[in-house]
Amino acid sequence: MRSLALVLLLSIAGGALAIDKAAVDKLAFGDGDERIAAIGALVAEADPRAVEVLKALGEGEMQTAGKRVLIVRGELGIDAFTGEKVAPLPAEREDVVANNRLRGAIGDALAALRLLSPERAMRLAAAKELATGVDASMLPLVNKALEQETDAGIRPLLELVVASMQMKGGDKAQRLAAIRMLGESTSPNSKTLLAEAARDTDEEIRGEAQKSLRAVEGRLAWGERFGLLFAGVSLGSILLLAALGLAITYGLMGVINMAHGELIMIGAYATYVVQNLFRAYLPGAFDWYLLAAVPAAFVVSACVGMILERMVIRWLYGRPLETLLATWGISLMLIQLVRTLFGAQNVQVENPAFMSGGIQALSNVVLPWSRVMIIAFTGLVLTGTWLLLTRTRLGLFVRGVTQNRDMASCVGVPTARVDTWAFGLGSGIAGLAGCALAQLGNVGPDLGQGYIVDSFMVVVFGGVGQLAGTVYAALTLGFANKFLEAWSGAVLAKIALLVFIIIFIQRRPQGLFALKGRSVEA
Amino acid sequence: MMRLYGPKAWIALGVAAVLISVLPHFLSSYWVTLIGKIMCYAIVAIAMDLIWGYCGILSLGHGLFFALGGYAMGMHLMRQIGREGQYQSDLPDFMVFLDWKELPWQWWNTDQFWWAMLLVVAVPGLLALVFGYFAFRSRVKGVYFSIITQALTFAAMLLFFRNATGFGGNNGFTDFKRILGFTITSPETRAALFAVTGAVLIATLLLARWIVTSKLGRVLTAIRDAETRAAFCGYNTVHYKVAVFTLSAVLCGIAGALYVPQVGIINPSEMSPANSIEIAIWVALGGRGTLIGPILGAGVVNGAKSFFTQAFPEYWLYFLGLLFILATLFLPQGIAGLAQRWKDKRV
Amino acid sequence: MSATPVAVNESGLLGRVSTGGLDTTHGAVLYLEEISVSFDGFRALNQLSLSIDVGELRCVIGPNGAGKTTMMDVITGKTRPDAGTAFFGQTIDLTKLTEAEIAHAGIGRKFQKPTIFEQHTVFENLELAMKADKRVRRTLLAKLASVQRDRIAETLRLIRLQDAAHRVAGLLSHGQKQWLEIGMLLMQEPKLLLLDEPVAGMSDEETERTAELFLSLAGKHSLVVVEHDMAFIERIARKVTVLHEGGVLAEGSMAQVQADPRVIEVYLGR
Repeated sequence: MRSLALVLLLSIAGGALAIDKAAVDKLAFGDGDERIAAIGALVAEADPRAVEVLKALGEGEMQTAGKRVLIVRGELGIDAFTGEKVAPLPAEREDVVANNRLRGAIGDALAALRLLSPERAMRLAAAKELATGVDASMLPLVNKALEQETDAGIRPLLELVVASMQMKGGDKAQRLAAIRMLGESTSPNSKTLLAEAARDTDEEIRGEAQKSLRAVEGRLAWGERFGLLFAGVSLGSILLLAALGLAITYGLMGVINMAHGELIMIGAYATYVVQNLFRAYLPGAFDWYLLAAVPAAFVVSACVGMILERMVIRWLYGRPLETLLATWGISLMLIQLVRTLFGAQNVQVENPAFMSGGIQALSNVVLPWSRVMIIAFTGLVLTGTWLLLTRTRLGLFVRGVTQNRDMASCVGVPTARVDTWAFGLGSGIAGLAGCALAQLGNVGPDLGQGYIVDSFMVVVFGGVGQLAGTVYAALTLGFANKFLEAWSGAVLAKIALLVFIIIFIQRRPQGLFALKGRSVEA
Repeated sequence: MMRLYGPKAWIALGVAAVLISVLPHFLSSYWVTLIGKIMCYAIVAIAMDLIWGYCGILSLGHGLFFALGGYAMGMHLMRQIGREGQYQSDLPDFMVFLDWKELPWQWWNTDQFWWAMLLVVAVPGLLALVFGYFAFRSRVKGVYFSIITQALTFAAMLLFFRNATGFGGNNGFTDFKRILGFTITSPETRAALFAVTGAVLIATLLLARWIVTSKLGRVLTAIRDAETRAAFCGYNTVHYKVAVFTLSAVLCGIAGALYVPQVGIINPSEMSPANSIEIAIWVALGGRGTLIGPILGAGVVNGAKSFFTQAFPEYWLYFLGLLFILATLFLPQGIAGLAQRWKDKRV
Repeated sequence: MSATPVAVNESGLLGRVSTGGLDTTHGAVLYLEEISVSFDGFRALNQLSLSIDVGELRCVIGPNGAGKTTMMDVITGKTRPDAGTAFFGQTIDLTKLTEAEIAHAGIGRKFQKPTIFEQHTVFENLELAMKADKRVRRTLLAKLASVQRDRIAETLRLIRLQDAAHRVAGLLSHGQKQWLEIGMLLMQEPKLLLLDEPVAGMSDEETERTAELFLSLAGKHSLVVVEHDMAFIERIARKVTVLHEGGVLAEGSMAQVQADPRVIEVYLGR
């Protein structure tokens, strides 16, 4: 930030070095709207002193002493208006506090000032930041930047910014011109702006805005629909991966494994370890580390799962509530164990080169390779699990034991060993989920906690004991989540879905797909 | 009426009551806060024992009810701050920070103590009543019930994390100044809060004891052991379960309301699913269906927690996790059961 | 969605002591008409029709899977029929009531596997089953009147458990548990008793005493007994109904039924 101030100083050297005293006073003593206006006034002249004043306010270093406005850093005091040192500091001082709205405005102002930077990258980033919405008080400064701007990549962005500001704040002719201009863009921001203007009180503006809005929407609609669809499939596949292991351990075996999330987390850490090993010993083959990480994640999680089954869960069959508590205890210990081994901080798992970037599917839709790969991976894991359960002896045994344990035991199925292997399989699949999740974000000891509720919801919603149900449930929830998210925001969407599932379970406790039979009633 | 306790137990209760009224004058404020906090948890543990120990329903939503009671009290305490906040506004600080101009509807009348107390009881109670009615009517039971109560708690936590919900987002409420006009941090107020909490704990114990020794208590255990038979005997099991679930939730709400002024903060992390499960381990460790056991369990676990988090913070989760496993594997009757077995052996 | 239908009349009979609302003017206490129930394509009951008279002791027999238990589930509200009507007396539609409401209306049921409250004492088991106001608040404040104590003592004598009154029920022998369950039914003062394999696991002597008990109950109560023990059936039977593949195969006296060629075919195989 300091270098930024320096850059600004150089770029406008020789300009008038006076800032507006009234603006500084208003910033310190005014009410909400006055203060916002004062920020606009301060940045209009692009004076470096203004930058300092704004930064001080944003960082809580501005204080008042009587009528004077000071910037105080530790023991050092500067008069905000003159820039002179103030020593000694007056004893009676009060903090000037900035609320959220004011902080937002200060952020915008500082970004707008960066538009004047000689570095192209910095100007581009600033223009992009402002394109997401900015207060109209910055208009003079942005206009000034637009006059100076020659770069063809940045100019259109700035024109959009100006148009959006004029559309909110300008006179009628300016607003109409701005609306027409926004109508030619393909940016989602223009859409929100135009949607706002389409509810304007002025009929002419409303009409024009609606026309432009339709044009933009038409251009964006297909991309949005496709993007949403892809996001839904992507989220659904992640939910499915996370829940698939649980569909075996809970759905088929009836074990309430609250440590399922931690088995996912262990898979992610196994991936991290393999990645580090490749980086240290086989840097040339780094891009292929996933080939080793996938089996490693499976085996490590499966082993942990089998040990748990042998040591704890085995003794609690038929006592689901106790199983729930004991496995919760296991999850706490696993979290702490990972913290002890790898530290409490998140670790980074790097994507192989072929997974970075994406497919530009439509003008406003990019499909990241990592997501595409995970969808494919989920398909593979699902197919593998299905084949394993339906085409192998282990699968036959597992289904036999879950349907009638005593009978299976009578015909010579080693039920105890089948339990262990089946639990290992479910845990291993959780490990695979961890390996996939590591490609999407940070890996930390708490990774699993975020998935446990979701996984249970998917399995319960799909119908316990139904692999197909789990698949439908995961995809349904993935789509529903993304569609609701587009409409109401991420957190509300999640809450709405949870509430929906809770209500759904009460109407239909057996889930989407389940057998209705005498055995269920017993 | 059936006798609640033998003479020995009444003497013990009397001693406890005297201790609670004099203890704060001899202890440092650290201990007063810690024991006060544990007494709040003990009320929750009794509530949990009523529903889980006696009726066999493991609710993972009790942390939510506790937090709701706490939030209701917290709203009142926030209003009591008046203009002494950082922004010297009539509105709580976080609202000024969010640039809100007036109180949202949830805050209506919360400057009235009686209204806040009504909310403390009514909000968890109504939520439990409605949720329990629909869940039990659809015969959601066992682990299913546990999982959906956990989902409910999780959804509520997400909701309270949002700034727009109007309860201070992730920071929640803190920096309380006074309660009923008294400075909240003064030793006298703390002693009074301590005594009130102790009194409520003893009252809760007596109430719970009365219920479980009545015919109602026998019906609850009957539902736990053979629900269909109870239904075929003519007991509407849905009504019984809803009743005990609601009562249990209300007790949790009261405990939460007592907790907040003593601890001085309430935020959405109180609603995290982990907290609700921890309540279950207090009860399991102490001994289900014993009332006294869960109080002990709450004391032991939370005592250990404050010891570990100070002395060996990195070992706390190992200890707690191990407790979960050992208690379920080796102590099905909990500490109380162990004591009983020991007593039986001596006789 | 095929969610379980919800009883319409939520508060009608809830927990209240039934005040003898049973209308048996036409002489029958229970009518089942064309009841069908299927689980995933399997027809457990197929247009079953049956009526039981007041004070009758009816025996129901049939091979495994004939639908005997499912029939009881329908009568007691545990399973809702897909089609057909089930009336208790002339007016009470069983398909619309909950299990507890049906119990209050005056139908008691003994399960195949004895279900009693294993953690309670024998005395408490009978106390809980006793006809009373079973709403939550009344139950909290309930106290045992001396008349009620006498009734419990009387039932204890009848089921020969007076010496075990304060023993925990889970410690009783299998036969004693069966008796306790029957005792609990009697405490409910039901008009109609459904008894699913009541003598399974009983010694010969106990079986004999059970037969005597049932015969003495008939007349005061209506009884439906499902049993595999043919000697027992012969001992008590007046009218026998044979179920097969979810429907009534034959009905009549024991001798008539035993002579029926269809029954012989079903029991002896083709």
